[in-house]
Order: sequence, then structure tokens, then C-alpha cells
Amino acid sequence: MATYDFIFNGLGLKDWCGGGGDGGGLTSMAQLLGETAGEEAVVSAWDTPFPSLDTLHEACAKVPQSRELTSGLEEGFLAIKDTLKVIVDPLTQPLSWALNDALWVMQAVPWFIMIPLLMLIAYVVARSMSLVGLVALCFGFLAFVDYYDYTMQTLAIIFVCAIICVLLGVPIGIAMSRSDRVQRVMIPILDMLQTLPPFVYLIPLIFLFSVTEPKLYGIAIILYAIVPVIRLTDLGIRLVDPDVIEAADAFGMTKSQKLFNVQIPLALPNIMAGVNQTIMMSLAMVVIASLVSAPGLGVLVLRGIRSLELGVGLLSGLGIVLLAIILDRVTKAALARINASQAR
Amino acid sequence: MTKQENKISIRHLYKVFGDDPEPALQYVKDGMGKTELLEEHNHVLGLNDINVDVPAGKTTVIMGLSGSGKSTLIRHLNRLIEPTAGEVWVDGENILEYNDKQLRHLRQHKMSMVFQKFALLPHRTVLQNAGLAPSIEGQSERVYADDARKWLDRVGLHGQSEQYPHQLSGGMQQRVGIARALTSNSDIMLMDEAFSALDPLIRTDMQDLLNELQAELQKTVVFITHDLDEALKLAEHLVILKDGFVVQQGEPQHILLNPADPYIEDFVSDINRARVLRVRSIMATTPDAPGEMAGEIDHDDTLESVIALSEGDTGRTYRVMKQGDAVGVLQMRSLVRALVPSDKSDDPESARRSG
Repeated sequence: MATYDFIFNGLGLKDWCGGGGDGGGLTSMAQLLGETAGEEAVVSAWDTPFPSLDTLHEACAKVPQSRELTSGLEEGFLAIKDTLKVIVDPLTQPLSWALNDALWVMQAVPWFIMIPLLMLIAYVVARSMSLVGLVALCFGFLAFVDYYDYTMQTLAIIFVCAIICVLLGVPIGIAMSRSDRVQRVMIPILDMLQTLPPFVYLIPLIFLFSVTEPKLYGIAIILYAIVPVIRLTDLGIRLVDPDVIEAADAFGMTKSQKLFNVQIPLALPNIMAGVNQTIMMSLAMVVIASLVSAPGLGVLVLRGIRSLELGVGLLSGLGIVLLAIILDRVTKAALARINASQAR
Repeated sequence: MTKQENKISIRHLYKVFGDDPEPALQYVKDGMGKTELLEEHNHVLGLNDINVDVPAGKTTVIMGLSGSGKSTLIRHLNRLIEPTAGEVWVDGENILEYNDKQLRHLRQHKMSMVFQKFALLPHRTVLQNAGLAPSIEGQSERVYADDARKWLDRVGLHGQSEQYPHQLSGGMQQRVGIARALTSNSDIMLMDEAFSALDPLIRTDMQDLLNELQAELQKTVVFITHDLDEALKLAEHLVILKDGFVVQQGEPQHILLNPADPYIEDFVSDINRARVLRVRSIMATTPDAPGEMAGEIDHDDTLESVIALSEGDTGRTYRVMKQGDAVGVLQMRSLVRALVPSDKSDDPESARRSG
């Protein structure tokens, strides 16, 4: 018989259980062997199993097995899915449009306009000719090996997701910096988003949306990448010199004047560091998001893995590294410019 | 400017820091001291029954060591800190009854503040910093630029207006801080240890600058310092704080000659009395002159300048003049006596204490 029979017998629940073990059948090899040998499986004290759901089920059929727990979770999610979808679907629809439009624009514009345009953006943001050269070199290389379209798709997704992260993340960070209670609520959520393996929140998203919708991977990327910009906005505003805030108060600034004229400008170096991290993390996520139909270089990486095309995998990996370098250098150069103008 | 006697009046002001200040305040009113309150109730007594009148158009210096509550006190004048109990009257209105809007109006138009650590906005130019007050009201840089530039020139920052604060030295940054306070056109200037973070030489320059500006503008200045020399150089009215209460207040010369308690005696024992004391404080007001007059001196001269004039001869006697009239005589002998704090035979109280 099962190890934990004594609990149910001791509690007088034998009848309620309706006999032990029958539902579970023979679960362990030792029991099977014991059965064939025609003797009761003898479990030594050393091998006492943890009183888990499955083990208890052996003793009492009324205790659910762990697979019933997981299937219960699934059913529960499916039950609220439709209601959730009614709320979430229209809210996130603009994300699909933005991603579709960005993907279309980035591919529709011919390369001889797009690459100079990207170089111009790099110059405006970073004011450094060597960085512009780096941008030209990297995109030139990627286009030369016929990865231009994939690169543009990845870039389009990152632009859209990073912009949305900033639009949502900065206000959330400001709210956190102004209220300790909001901060206490948000920090565990942010910790969870940051530590949860990205694959895990892909799964409920797949149930919620159809795999053909771009917002599926858009949401996954945003959830993963929004954390640093929120954290660093909060931190940046909390770190603003209290003496300067006191001066702003002493000269009669209103709360919103203080926020827009003092706190945000002084927190800008930290906020920009957050934006840099957010862009880097959305780039990391864009590869994983290819599992759920995100176009771009990630698709090539997956192809490399799935069909063991080593060359494709390596080259597309290199492409992602080049993109990461460009995005990192350009945002860091912008950050350095802000820092230089505020040095104390 | 209004011709009121007192610009600011502080009445029965208490501040207790802690989680639940109201009951703690009651203990203080019942006579509990700062140390007991901290030990028994874990509340910090910041200010204890402060009553101070700040005369209009003069420099009032609040002096005390660190922890005496002077920075807390000055922050009550524009309500950067809310008191636990008491009243603060400015131009006949109790500012503790002000709502947010009235309070902002007070801070924008009536009071400006200069900070120990300058507290300039690092992302704005010197000109934009100087024009902080008008810019808060919504004026554009074009509108306030002339005014701000005028005050920047006045404090000695000609041609620096396009710099950023971090490009300036500490002394220059504090000049921007003063220009910022002046540009707001407020009658009252609060200066919180404004010169304490500066080098001694630059500090002297800044004190001279403030005295010059004061002679010209006659603002009501409330100046916080822990430095007695600075206090005596600037003050027309001196308030000495210790552990959150006022030990003595009044005319600085008077405090110097008649310290009210040992704490102040300690303070005044170290300073250069010849440079601080004025002829009017120690002269004899008798019109009859004992012996021959060596010359005439002004009633506001420092003893140092009289010593220089007398070439060290203690036998001389000078006639003291005030706006052309003889108001008294000064014997060099009594001057020398006044230089030593413990030898004031004409002040029986202090003679008894020091004897």
C-alpha cells in the first residue's frame, strides 16, 4: 500500500477517500516490479517520498494529482480568456497597427533613402561622425549579405516597442517616485517581470491572441523591456538634489513646474540610461519573440537552430550583435551629451 | 516699501520633529527639556517658544552653533517647514493661515532665499538661473533678461550670463544665487548660511558685497550664520539661538558688551573686539571734557581705526561727533579697557561673573 495511508486511516477518512491507490494505478517502477514479483513493494525509510499531491493520491483517490492542478489552471485561464480578450484586445490593437505600419514603412522605403536616413538620425542624436561611419558600415555589411530586410524588420519592432516602453514607463516611474506606496506595489511586479523567463509569459499571450497578430510579440517585448526605464526614472527623480528642490519650493514653483522644469531635466541622465537598457532588452527579446511569429533576424537564428544551418545562425547572430552595438553606442553618446551639459 | 517697524514677527513658535508632535509639544510647554524629550518620547525639539521681531529694511542675523535650530527657524519664515505651533506675521498677515496659492505668491513676490549650497539649476544658464522668479511667473527669457542682467552686473558677474553654473567657481555661483534673489524684487531676503561654503577671502568679499547692496537697497535681510565675526560684520539686529531657544537678542554691540549668559560669553571671547566695537558703544556721554582734546572722531568708527589714529598713545582723549554735533568723549584709557572682556569694571554684573 501507499506510504501515507496511515494519515487518512488515522484521521478516519478512509471511507471518504473511497479506498486508496486505485485511481493512481501503479506509478513507480518499484511497485510494478513488486507487483510482478507477487509481493508488496517494500519501501525503506530512506526512500520515503515527499507528501506531494501524487504520493497522497496513491493513498487517497480524493486528493487530486498534480496534473489536475495544472489542467485546472489551464481551464481557469481559458474560462476568463474570453472576458479578458474583450478588454485587452481593443486596448492593444493600436500596438498591432503601429507594428504593422512600422514594418511596412521600414521595408517600403528603398535602401538608398533608408540607410542615409538612419545615418542622419545617428548624427542628430549623437553628434559624432565616427558613429555615423559605424552605422553606415554595419548596415552596409548587413545589406551586402542580403540581410537588409530582416534587419529593417528587427529595427522596426525595436523602435515601436522602445517608444511605447518610454511612453508608458516614464509616467509610471514618475508616479513611483512621487508615492512610496506606488513604489512598494510596483517593485515586486517589476522584479517578477525581470526574473520570469520570457518564454513563460509568451504562453498565456498565445492563448489570448492569435499568433498571426503582431501585438502578441509586441506585448511580450514591452513587458520584458519596460522594466529598466521605469526603475531608472524612479531612481533618477528620487536622486535629484534636495537642495535644488528646496530652492524651487522657496521661489514658489508649483508641483508641475517642479516636475517639468527641475525634476525631469535633472533626472534625464538616469532616464536615458534606462532607455538605453530598454532598447538593449527589447533587442534581446526580439529573437525569442520570433518563436511567436515576430519577423526579423530572430527568424534566421531560429532557422539556424531548427535545421542546423550553422552559417545562417552565426551570420544572423552577428547581425544582431552589430545592431546591438549601433543602438548602444548611439544612445550612450546621447547620454554622454546630456551628462556633459549637466556636469557639476 | 512699507514703513512698518517690524517686517516679520515670530510669536511663540514651536517645532517638534517626530511621529506624533502634538502630545510631545505639551510636554515641552510643561517645561521638558530637549534631552529629556528625546530620551523619553523619542521626539526632537527643534524650536522652543521663539519670539523674534525682524525690523524692516535692516539685516537681522540669527546666530547659533550647528543643531541650534537656526536653519529650521529660517525655513519657517517661508514655510518650507511647517511649525508645530505658533504664528509668523509678515506685513501684518499670519502666513501660517495662507493656502497654497497665497503661499506661492508670498514665495514668488515677497521673500527670496539664498542657500548655503547655492542650489542653482544645473541645466540652466546663469541668466536663466538669475531669472528664476520671473520665469516661474511665466515670463519669457526675453522679458526678464534685462532685469536679470542688471542684477548679475550689480553682483559682479558681467558677461557671464551665458555660462552654466558648473563653469563658475563657488563664490561666483553664490553671486548668481544673490542675483536670483534680487531679481525676484522681493522685500525680504532669507540667507541660509549663504557664505559658509566659501573660502575665507571670498567670504569677506561677499560680506562686503552684501553690506554694499544693503546700504543701497535696504532690504529686510534675515541672515543665518554660525560665525560670530560674520554676524557682527553684517548684523544690525542679532539673535542668538541655542538648542532651539533664543538666548539673547538685540543690538550686536550691546550683546558684545553685556553677554546674557556663559554661552554667549564663550562666543564673544574669541573675537577681535577692536574691529567690531564702535566708538558710540563705549564713549562717555558727558559733554565736559577732562583735559585736552586730541581730535574728533565719528561715533560709528571702529576702535581699531581710533587706535590707529592715536598712534598707540593711551593718554589722549577724543571728541565724538555725530553728524556734526559733539555727542560725547572717548578716553583712550577706557578704549583699552573695553578691549578686554573680563575687565569691565563699569559693568558690575559681568565683573561679578568674571571675578
